[in-house]
Amino acid sequence: MKNFIEYQKVVKHYPDSAVVVDNVSFSVERGEFLSIVGPSGAGKSTLLRLLLGEVAPTSGVVRYAGVAVHELSRYDISRLRRKIGMVFQDYRLLPDRNAYENIAFAMEAAGRTDEDIERDVPAVLDLVGLTKKLWNFPRELSGGERQRVAIARAIINQPQVLVADEPTGNLDPQNTDDVMHILKKVNDLGTTVLLTTHNKGVVDSLKKRVITISDGKIVRDDEHGKYEL
Amino acid sequence: MILVKIKRVVKSGASAFWRNPIVSLAAGLVMTVTLFMLGSLLLGSALLDSSLSQIKDKVDVNVYFRLDAEEEDVLVLAEALRGLPEVASVEYVSREQALENFKERHKDNSLIVASLEELDDNPLGAALNVKAREPSQYVSVANFLDESAALGSGGVSIIDKVNFNQNKVAIDKLSEIISAVERFGSFLILILAVIALLVTFNTIRLAIYTARDEVAVMKLVGASNNYVSGPFLVTGALYGALSAVLSTILLWPLAGWVSKTTGNFFGAIDLSSYFVSNLLQIFLLLLVAGIILGTISSIMAVRRYLKV
Repeated sequence: MKNFIEYQKVVKHYPDSAVVVDNVSFSVERGEFLSIVGPSGAGKSTLLRLLLGEVAPTSGVVRYAGVAVHELSRYDISRLRRKIGMVFQDYRLLPDRNAYENIAFAMEAAGRTDEDIERDVPAVLDLVGLTKKLWNFPRELSGGERQRVAIARAIINQPQVLVADEPTGNLDPQNTDDVMHILKKVNDLGTTVLLTTHNKGVVDSLKKRVITISDGKIVRDDEHGKYEL
Repeated sequence: MILVKIKRVVKSGASAFWRNPIVSLAAGLVMTVTLFMLGSLLLGSALLDSSLSQIKDKVDVNVYFRLDAEEEDVLVLAEALRGLPEVASVEYVSREQALENFKERHKDNSLIVASLEELDDNPLGAALNVKAREPSQYVSVANFLDESAALGSGGVSIIDKVNFNQNKVAIDKLSEIISAVERFGSFLILILAVIALLVTFNTIRLAIYTARDEVAVMKLVGASNNYVSGPFLVTGALYGALSAVLSTILLWPLAGWVSKTTGNFFGAIDLSSYFVSNLLQIFLLLLVAGIILGTISSIMAVRRYLKV
């Protein structure tokens, strides 16, 4: 599908602040691995939040599979989010639930059965290499482990798209490599991946499409790009 | 599926309750204050109501007859009184009975017993104790007695005295005091209850405020509003249940203390035994109130963070 995700002349400014996203247009194919790079405050995270329906565009439109996201009802937004897995820089795990329950929550929210949950959660924890930390709470896990739990949660419902907002921002090089390895594996299995980062090494080693933005505008869009400003 | 969802919501609400024992205890204790107020209000009004009715019950009109009044005339008057719609009951006390009662009342006083023995004749007249259905109806009973006072063979009034007016003043005063106490007490407790309600609401709001990021995460993972807020309602209901248990336990010694210190004065129900015999109803009422309070506070608090 050519225009699986489509940003069309998207403008976003928050009240009392300058323009964060300024007339941005691009589209993403199904199965693509797209990195969005740029300095902090360039508008990368806002682009992702627009896709998730967390914020509405000031003008322009963001389409997911042909549907304008900001026109969806609250109920449909919830359904849309179940098709998109999300990974954040600060992990955003539920602190009162252990690794197993954090992942199970995403499945419960999607209305999966207890049998599915009991079968899939250990399997996905195995995929991210955390079989021994099943019953640990987030506070008992290292940063890299937390991020792997977060990725497991993001992919447990076999999403069509995985959105990763600075997933390696808080990680050391070893854990960064591990996380990127998992993201590539997820992409190889057919999931579209949207990644934002300002880690040059991560982007250069990927050899995938890179969009560079600065001050809310797209300044480069390279098919096999590098992180260049 | 709906059952599975309910099960998951209840389970996760309960586990949030157990996994944050300090927050749960704090919220439960604050709500206990509210429910304790409610319980005190209940017990207080039960006490005042029963004292009032007890006192009203003690009101009666005593008609004392002259010593030379014929028993027949007295009984005729008693029948006439029974015929009045205002009159609930008429008790006839004969001269002999009056003497017996008097002796019984003063059996420890040897002087009085001795002086009675000195007398040849029974010094006491017969009497009628008249009870009206409502305190306000005593006036018309008294009026009836005034009008019929001339009755009696020989045209002389057989009534020696009617002790209504002295009682009336005391009774009116007491009713006034009781209703004033009742009004002021309810007012005070109401204000305290409102304050406790606001504090409860804020406590739960704070408890949920700490979880606002979690709410956002749940929403981003694709959970619906109902699925996100459900567990918070369950947790709020559990706070309410905990505080219902605590406040019932706290009300027990209060009831005991009140019945010990005021038992003689009010001469009404024993608050402690009232509490024990109505324990289940009181607890259920507090439980329902606590659960409603907890869930409503939770709904109002969590709604603010659902707009992600």
